[in-house]
Amino acid sequence: MSTSLLEVRDLRVTLNTSRGPADALRGLSFALDRGETLGVVGESGCGKSMLALTLMGLLPEGARVSGSLRFEGRELLAQDEAAWCRLRGDRIAMVFQEPMTALNPLHTIGRQVAEPLRLHRGLDAVAARAEALRLLEQVRLPQAARRLDAHPHQLSGGQRQRVVIAMALACQPDLLIADEPTTALDVTLQREILQLIADLVADRHMALMLISHDLAVIARNVRRVMVMYGGLGVEQGPAGEVLHRPMHPYTRGLLAARPRLGAARGERLQTIPGRVPELVDLPTGCPFADRCAHREAVCEAPPSMRPVAEGHEVACLRWETLGPKG
Amino acid sequence: MRAALTHRSFMLGAVLALALLLAAGLSLVWTPYPPHAIDVPNRFQPPSAAHWLGTDSLGRDIATLLLVGAQNSILVGVVAVGMGLVLGVGLGLLASARRGWAEEFVMRLSDFTFAFPALLTAIMLTAVYGPGLFTSIIAIGIFNIPVFARLTRAAANAVWARDFILAARACGKGAVRITLEHVLPNIASVIIVQATIQFATAILAEAALSYLGLGTQPPQPSWGRMLNEAQTQMFQAPQLALYPGVAIALSVLGLNLLGDGLRDLLDPRLARQR
Repeated sequence: MSTSLLEVRDLRVTLNTSRGPADALRGLSFALDRGETLGVVGESGCGKSMLALTLMGLLPEGARVSGSLRFEGRELLAQDEAAWCRLRGDRIAMVFQEPMTALNPLHTIGRQVAEPLRLHRGLDAVAARAEALRLLEQVRLPQAARRLDAHPHQLSGGQRQRVVIAMALACQPDLLIADEPTTALDVTLQREILQLIADLVADRHMALMLISHDLAVIARNVRRVMVMYGGLGVEQGPAGEVLHRPMHPYTRGLLAARPRLGAARGERLQTIPGRVPELVDLPTGCPFADRCAHREAVCEAPPSMRPVAEGHEVACLRWETLGPKG
Repeated sequence: MRAALTHRSFMLGAVLALALLLAAGLSLVWTPYPPHAIDVPNRFQPPSAAHWLGTDSLGRDIATLLLVGAQNSILVGVVAVGMGLVLGVGLGLLASARRGWAEEFVMRLSDFTFAFPALLTAIMLTAVYGPGLFTSIIAIGIFNIPVFARLTRAAANAVWARDFILAARACGKGAVRITLEHVLPNIASVIIVQATIQFATAILAEAALSYLGLGTQPPQPSWGRMLNEAQTQMFQAPQLALYPGVAIALSVLGLNLLGDGLRDLLDPRLARQR
């Protein structure tokens, strides 16, 4: 078996918080290849963004990481900061959630898009500017040539997010991480931006990791889904499988909690009882046990991923007894 | 550029600061009288065509002394603020970029230096190296280092916490590049404003030290020493205190206005609001 582009094995991250060490990731494993698109879903605080930062080597100070993170077979966790710097923006790039603040207010758009090119490709100012213009046209920024010398405050949120995407794609990375790239944008823009990312990823045969709390976004834009809860992957598989035949009680809860158009009047929106536990207070067994309607004594033991169907895994000890539609 | 010309406090500050510079420059090539020329019979002259601002207790031409004194003030301001900028901003940026023990070390060193008033440092240095312009400049410069180190660290920490720094790191930039390309430009306006204020403070401090006899030594003219000498003749010739006082006040005012104006003009976000 050939090695995947990205291979994560038993990834654990411990953060220092005011309440003591907290496990943000508790043994996450998955693989991602070129041309693949993986959606990561979960509530706030489940470790989605921490996963993105770990993959970029941008963890906050004092964080401890263990496990294995292999990129093209090379172990990343052992490498020094200089090696990370060579990788970031060149082979692995990231699109941030907040386009309003992800750009330096003092630098022009053209300079910021050109920077990764000058840094990693060693292009001179003229060549980098020309390439930046080409990139801004690719992300369909209107009047790109005129916008090269504009400052971020002269652009709208959607336009800025296009600039951020252009920056991320500048060096043709192999892996693009998009952390809630449309959360800060109008609904009407969301579809356009996601479509843009999907098109660019497909054109360049890149791997995409799309992080979102929005199941509709995930369903439409990725082929594989990983559902995260309490720093663990609780279910992963092909998007259609996971969203139409969810096995984990948490995934089912998430799907049931979606607002639906055409719901009968007066029908209440379903919720998952309880709340996301604080990272410091996570139970030792199944992290979802405290909120799960199907909890039994066996749930005190930590669950591991079990295969349900081809490429579909779930971390629930009781998935067989719960049946396909619990 | 047009924004600069219509910015009132910037223009006023620039004119005053330029006047200070021109006065110092002019005195290098020409003064109405030789600065050390003593003319005792003509002492305490009122302003006249021969002596524009009159003469002091030794009959020296006041206009000449003010012009030459400007050199002194500029020298003190430039060197003392330069020391503070280079060392203080450098240490502040280092503390902010490295955090951890480096930050602790720099900040405690700042606290330690701050604990000594500039005057005490000056007296200490004077005791060791003897009084003089150079000693007083170094003392004021040492006082400026923690001022800039603290300001820089606080401002830089705020910038480091912003999203575009994370984005810059995600582009693969190292700490040095981020510090120079992202952090420094974003805190430059704060530093410039502080530098002009410190420049003004340095002029005041040098005047104070000279007034106490720790700074510029006679016969080298200095605004502070002129004030010192005027004090003893307060009732005979109060105008003697007025001229150096006004010179100091206008310089300080001009530098502060210039700093405020620059802050507005250098910040594209503020420029947009105008």
